[in-house]
Amino acid sequence: MKRALFILLRNPLSVLGLTLVGLVVLAAVFADYVAPFPDHKGAVVDFLNFNKAPEWPYLFGTDLVGRDIFSRILFAYRISLTLGVVVLALAVPVGVTVGLIAGYIGGRTEFVLMRITDVFLSIPPLVLAMSMMGLLEPSLTNGMMAVTVMWWPWYARLVYNLTRSEREEGYVLAAEVIGASRLHVMFREILPNCVPSILTKMTIDFGFVILIASSLSFLGLGVQPPTPDLGSMVAEGAKYLPDSWWLTVFPGLAILVVVFGFNLIGDALREILGVDQ
Amino acid sequence: MTAPTLAIDDLRLGFRGWAGTAEVLHGISLHIAKGERVALVGESGSGKSVTARLVLGLVQELRGARYSGRMAFEGRDLGTLSRREREALRGDRISMIFQDPTSSLNPVYTIGTLFHEVLRRGNPGIGAAEARERAVAALDDVAIADPGRVLDSYAFQLSGGMNQRVLIAMALANSPSLLLADEPGTALDVTVQAQTLALMQQLVARHGASMLFISHNLGVVREFADRVYVIYKGRIVEQGPTEGLFEAPLHPYTRALMAAVPRITGEGIPEIDEEQTGFYDPLVAHPGYSEAELRP
Repeated sequence: MKRALFILLRNPLSVLGLTLVGLVVLAAVFADYVAPFPDHKGAVVDFLNFNKAPEWPYLFGTDLVGRDIFSRILFAYRISLTLGVVVLALAVPVGVTVGLIAGYIGGRTEFVLMRITDVFLSIPPLVLAMSMMGLLEPSLTNGMMAVTVMWWPWYARLVYNLTRSEREEGYVLAAEVIGASRLHVMFREILPNCVPSILTKMTIDFGFVILIASSLSFLGLGVQPPTPDLGSMVAEGAKYLPDSWWLTVFPGLAILVVVFGFNLIGDALREILGVDQ
Repeated sequence: MTAPTLAIDDLRLGFRGWAGTAEVLHGISLHIAKGERVALVGESGSGKSVTARLVLGLVQELRGARYSGRMAFEGRDLGTLSRREREALRGDRISMIFQDPTSSLNPVYTIGTLFHEVLRRGNPGIGAAEARERAVAALDDVAIADPGRVLDSYAFQLSGGMNQRVLIAMALANSPSLLLADEPGTALDVTVQAQTLALMQQLVARHGASMLFISHNLGVVREFADRVYVIYKGRIVEQGPTEGLFEAPLHPYTRALMAAVPRITGEGIPEIDEEQTGFYDPLVAHPGYSEAELRP
């Protein structure tokens, strides 16, 4: 633990990442108290102050119906983070289980599972998510589902490769020799040795899940208005560039900050846990 | 007379590949009586380890493995056992020690946790406290000075010699009747190897376990085994009592094997004849030590 803290604090970039993500999470959780205009998360109209450049009290300016962009970004973070948590909470267990089974059992099972994974990986992720959203109704829940469907194969492949190398280790053979069941070997012997890699990938992916989800809502396939979302905010403002630059630049920066922050933490975690790239 | 602990008759094993089946064992027969220590000696790739894995039933699960012959453990035909019954034998009645002790211990668990797991094989209901007590006793037996500390450590925090002792303690924890040792301690340096082997010898005798000792180290075999089988390219070429076999090797391959051992007196690495005349000669058994004579 001490060692982890030491490695973390030694690298200014890790500290920066931790700070960024920490601030974002705090701001999202306490958005109701932090935001200067908490009611602006919904369908509020204030035509007296519409499309204003950044000035007090509107830190990041206001949008076309007079809502404070800073407040809306905080509430959008709340949705983005929830989405990240839900997507990973669904995609990781599925991917890990598929990867473990394919890597350990081998044979025909491996062939079938990994070819299914390959099929998912062969479709460009955004296209897959878009076609799913085309079939379903655009909404937050369906957006999460679409991103989950495109995300699990990466974990299946990661864990499959790890399992393939772990199963040659002496302790796997030793466990088999003392008569351990396949389930025991997979989940109690091999899986714990894969955790560092999975954890690192999860941290980095968290940022990317938010990025992809924002791309979906940029295309109008994700969260629907009036709920604030970083992607749809950028999309909406893009029509008024470059005059009303604050409509796009601040939500765009907000996406950048969170993706960058999680990436830095992921790198720090990789170093702490000793995962090779 | 009771059935031998392990009896193998005309065991053949092949792996099916693109170009037909590659046979790796060409009908080997051996047996281990109760309490006996038997060595299986041969060069790399001669089929030593695969024999041990067949006994444990690990090879049968591979695709493409084709085997025939009879393997019986305490009179029970291993071939007719279900997968479940075979798994039940492993770890409880049959256990195994490996070449590299450190990699045989899962790095994410403490030795204590691993020990508990092993003991649960023998006694599924064993609690943490009782398991720890038995583990401490078992580690005491393998001359580990501070069992409590070792149980709280991870494998990578201990030396190779320590891990080897831990493995020996684990292998004997459930008092198996057959212990398979696949080149134990090859990954350790010579002095540590000597210590742990001496320890293993005492403990095996105390537990009354039979042992199949797989090695290419003739010096170790000479000290350790009651009887020796020499295996070459999937065939047993010579079998006999340890003393007799080392004093007067009868098979050309055995003679070559013994000549290949570097001498401590410093005559350089021995010249090995490239010509392998007689290596494929049929099995030579020392008088009174053929399978037919030993097994009524």
